[in-house]
Amino acid sequence: MMLCPGGNNRVAFLTILRKEVTRFSRIWLQTVVPSIISTSMYFIIFGALIGQRIGPINDQPYIYYITPGLIIMAIINNAYANVSASFFSAKFQRNVEEILVAPLSPLTILLGYVAGGVVRGISIGIIVALVAACFAPIAVHSWGLTLLIGTMTAVLFSLAGLINGIVATDFDDISIVPTFFLLPLIYLGGVFYSITMLPEFWQHVSRLNPILYMINAFRHGILGVSDIDTRLAILVMAGTIVFLAAIAQYMLVHGTRIKS
Amino acid sequence: MTDSALSIRGLHKVYKSGRHALNGIDLEVPDREFFALLGPNGAGKSTAIGIITSLINKSSGQVQVYGHDLDDSPAMVKSLIGMVPQEFNFSQFETGLNIVLNQAGYYGVPRRQALRKAQQCLEILSLWERRHEQARYLSGGMKRRLMIARALVHEPRILVLDEPTAGVDVEFRRGTWEFLLDMNRNGLTVLLTTHYLEEAENLCKRLAIINDGKIIEDADLKTLIGKLRTQGFILDTRESVRQLPDLPGCRLYTIDDTTIGLELIGNQELNTIFAELSRHNVHITSMRNRTNRLEELFMDLLETHS
Repeated sequence: MMLCPGGNNRVAFLTILRKEVTRFSRIWLQTVVPSIISTSMYFIIFGALIGQRIGPINDQPYIYYITPGLIIMAIINNAYANVSASFFSAKFQRNVEEILVAPLSPLTILLGYVAGGVVRGISIGIIVALVAACFAPIAVHSWGLTLLIGTMTAVLFSLAGLINGIVATDFDDISIVPTFFLLPLIYLGGVFYSITMLPEFWQHVSRLNPILYMINAFRHGILGVSDIDTRLAILVMAGTIVFLAAIAQYMLVHGTRIKS
Repeated sequence: MTDSALSIRGLHKVYKSGRHALNGIDLEVPDREFFALLGPNGAGKSTAIGIITSLINKSSGQVQVYGHDLDDSPAMVKSLIGMVPQEFNFSQFETGLNIVLNQAGYYGVPRRQALRKAQQCLEILSLWERRHEQARYLSGGMKRRLMIARALVHEPRILVLDEPTAGVDVEFRRGTWEFLLDMNRNGLTVLLTTHYLEEAENLCKRLAIINDGKIIEDADLKTLIGKLRTQGFILDTRESVRQLPDLPGCRLYTIDDTTIGLELIGNQELNTIFAELSRHNVHITSMRNRTNRLEELFMDLLETHS
């Protein structure tokens, strides 16, 4: 009787991760293809066509300059969307009950979903980077920094997506944040321009945008140029990750918006 | 090891709306028992089940499963229970096999072992042939069987079923009863909630009746049936009956020429009634219950406690 008394969190973590990867792989037309198409469009229009008429920024050709921002944008969108949609669907279809009745810890649930978001974010990031290489064959400045920032960004937005999925009560709630908050913050976070091009006041305002730090730190990793101090960016991201993880863990432990 | 599979003490649940769903229930389910929790809609059955299976937070009280406290050892309590909810709660886009395998994984069963166990569960519930089909393509009965397979894959010691045969056809209901009785004979403790009184009477040795968040009766089936104030029967007679005798301890009434109704009061024995009827030239050829006995008791109890 009883195959695994008290459960086994390592097996449970791998099960959630496997389920998440299977889920987004199965619906690759919705998850993988849109990022490839939209990024290709950005490269063609802003990089190859308009970009040729724009001079270099920070001594980098414009198409090179926007590449790190476009990769990080894909990582942010996919990590966030994967976890928020998956967790909310599990709540909506009530199959979140499958994990609530099982002996896995709240931390395992958190790590499983975040790992799923990271795998999707990084996978799409790599695909976008390969597409980018067709337009802008860049020699990466620092692989270590690039991977660190890419992974931290995916973790951060997976956590944010998880919190969104937990608090969401209908499908509108999981589309409001990406549409009204994430997209403007990404565009105003310096994907297509350097904040040094802005008046001083708007430079200060831009520094309040956390995505600015990720984009610039990632750009530093790939191109070796940045508008901000990379150490400060890593510190801001690490602090945000700890903060979001604490909120998500609290919600899972107390069953916020999951249990009555 | 304790002889009690489930022990509940002073369980309260007050929802955020202020509604008191459970008002301090006590319940004891012995090991290897087939136990039913009966009650009308909104009585608190599903809330009680939700708390036992960690889907709902309790307000106060104690829940122990095989001696393990839900507050102190939630993981141990969870691994002892298999849950079959009332409504389908799996991803409709997953295959049956993946649903069962994932559940085994959540319970910590390693993949290879989970595959063997999933095959076993799906085979005994006649789903193995359709294991690669997405759940949405299965029939209603198959989906319910899939939820039972999923609940059994980690080999729980107690199976909790919330209205397992609500809205299903007779064939499926009978098949499920057979399966559950078989599992119970093999040592599995079964706790089910139902408002099908026939289901409780056919399956359970012991049952509790819940109403307005309180347990109003908790006894074995025979004791409960013994509490019936009256029992109703329908008797078929060999010849037409023109006039019915007036007998002590019962009330007789005519339904048609060859059918009479009998209402037995208190502990009056049927043999005595039949002997008296025979003495008055009323010969009985067959007999059946007028209504479900448990239903009569259930209505009596609800009336008494409302």
